[in-house]
Amino acid sequence: MEPLHTVTGTAAPLDRADVDTDQIIPSEWLKRVERAGFGEGLFSGWRAEADFVLNQPQYAGASVLIAGANFGCGSSREHAVWALMDYGFKAVVSPRFADIFLTNCTKAGLLPVQVDGEVVERLLRAVEADPRLTLTVDVAARTIAAPALGLQSPFPLDGHTQWRFLEGLDDIDLTLRHEGAIRAYEAGRAAWLPITAGPE
Amino acid sequence: MHSAEGEPDILYVDLHLIHEVTTPQAFDGLRANGRTVRRPDLTLATMDHNVPTIGLDRPIADPVSARQVEALRRNCEQYGIRLYPMGHGRQGIVHIIGPELGLTLPGMTIVCGDSHTSTHGAFGALAFGIGTSEVEHVLATQSVPQRRPGTMAVTVEGDLPPGVTAKDVALGIIERIGTSGGAGHLVEYRGSTIRALSMEGRMTVGNMSTEGGARAGMVAPDDTTFAYLEGRPYAPAGRQWEAALDDWRTLATDDGAVFDKEVHVDAAALRPYVTWGTNPAQVVPIDGSVPPPESDGARRALAYMGLRAGTPMREIPVDTVFIGSCTNSRLEDLRAAAAVLAGRRVKAGVRALVVPGSMQVRTAAEAEGLDGVFTAAGFEWRAAGCSMCLGMNPDLLSPGERCASTSNRNFEGRQGDGGRTHLVSPAVAAATAVAGRFATPEELP
Repeated sequence: MEPLHTVTGTAAPLDRADVDTDQIIPSEWLKRVERAGFGEGLFSGWRAEADFVLNQPQYAGASVLIAGANFGCGSSREHAVWALMDYGFKAVVSPRFADIFLTNCTKAGLLPVQVDGEVVERLLRAVEADPRLTLTVDVAARTIAAPALGLQSPFPLDGHTQWRFLEGLDDIDLTLRHEGAIRAYEAGRAAWLPITAGPE
Repeated sequence: MHSAEGEPDILYVDLHLIHEVTTPQAFDGLRANGRTVRRPDLTLATMDHNVPTIGLDRPIADPVSARQVEALRRNCEQYGIRLYPMGHGRQGIVHIIGPELGLTLPGMTIVCGDSHTSTHGAFGALAFGIGTSEVEHVLATQSVPQRRPGTMAVTVEGDLPPGVTAKDVALGIIERIGTSGGAGHLVEYRGSTIRALSMEGRMTVGNMSTEGGARAGMVAPDDTTFAYLEGRPYAPAGRQWEAALDDWRTLATDDGAVFDKEVHVDAAALRPYVTWGTNPAQVVPIDGSVPPPESDGARRALAYMGLRAGTPMREIPVDTVFIGSCTNSRLEDLRAAAAVLAGRRVKAGVRALVVPGSMQVRTAAEAEGLDGVFTAAGFEWRAAGCSMCLGMNPDLLSPGERCASTSNRNFEGRQGDGGRTHLVSPAVAAATAVAGRFATPEELP
């Protein structure tokens, strides 16, 4: 993934809880074999509604999405993260992310900013009132800030994941540094474990 | 396999199940970086999400689906991965075929690019869904970095009331814990109710762990588990079977273990459930009514579902009944539905289809004559696949169409744009098909 140090930009308010990945990118889009081009399908069901936030011109160009709790629940489709990134989002703010979605974010390079519900609530109202409000997410400091509001809030990001974001590190390369441990483990696996090769 | 301060643990993957939807970009990533598949012999592929369930002798009509299915076939060929393709006797939904082939065994780590990988936890395997970047990681390294999740015990005690099934246990748990009650945790399902469930029932409960927010849900292996596995094609045999049993008997959680989170459910309080909204926690007993909305989300869900608060669930008519999906498409599920349908007819105007989870389930059901029961009742008898659970193949709801479905997600548009999904058990689905509105078998004439 690409290194990411800070995200500074405007935000789009999506004041809904339990936004599932079927909404973020409907399954029709999952038939594609490419990794790019999913932005067009982002929230395509909801974008059919004229007043949906992404159809409002004042939120064009937003790089942060602010959403309710349990964002990204449901299907494991990483296409949801790709769609958000392809559309132009670099960070998503929510009181809680669904587990698999959260992992997918940290693998693909979309910054998950988990902050208290009250902070999310305050940001939603502020961005609704002033769509030009600028937010800054700082990976090194692990903070999200809205200077115009006098708001600064920390968010959790474990040191390893933070390092991977800052350096843009590929997980596979990191694991392959332990190839000796993989080989040693393989040599000691139980004989009853099944294999999918050989006679059926 | 590897553990170091400040880094996620690295878990070895004993079985990597793959399908056509979440893998093409992972294989492309391998090629782009000059890597290969480390252990094709610990990888199994099938085609399930896109495949049509009728007309298997014809090419897939949707060119985008056809291209994806073809990409899987090519990738499996290039890397020497065993594939059970469309039309093969062992093809089926990935979470149905792993267990039925005896590939899913206690104590294994199993991953798949699909959130319902939690199904395999029913065997006491650590099984969880992963994204495509992780699929690529597993292909390249046969391992996956993981942080240790919290532990959560969901204990269900007592006898289930008549008509209450494993699906209702799953929905009842989600009713209590909500869609994120299990987030950040690995669930262990415990208690006499869980112990009394068949492996099929335990798989249904494990399957819906992800709907309660947990990435994985496990049941300690016991004699029910071992009896299910013995003699299956990939399960160990002879001396290896004995060695495996010795290992498996050590896997259960220690007495007195302390969990980070505990939930207790009284089985006697469970009922046949029907969802009314657009997430699986928006659920009521079938005896109940559409509840008054308490949030913007619930109001939005009611509008989407075309329902009014206060309407008794039993008065809601359906257009379609779908029996299938990795939640409820095993032989036991089909038997339960067929028992309701024997000698009865689907209500005129209701579209009803049954999609066995695998070609082996289909064959076994046909050997018992279940296909005849379904077709005589007016159900369409289909070939195996994910089908209308998520509408990636031609089995779709039309806008506004209302469906009683044995699947796992009632999200907006899940079964087709504008489609309205109500999650139910196979028995309730069958009774609903006959009544043309939500019903339990007991109330049918």
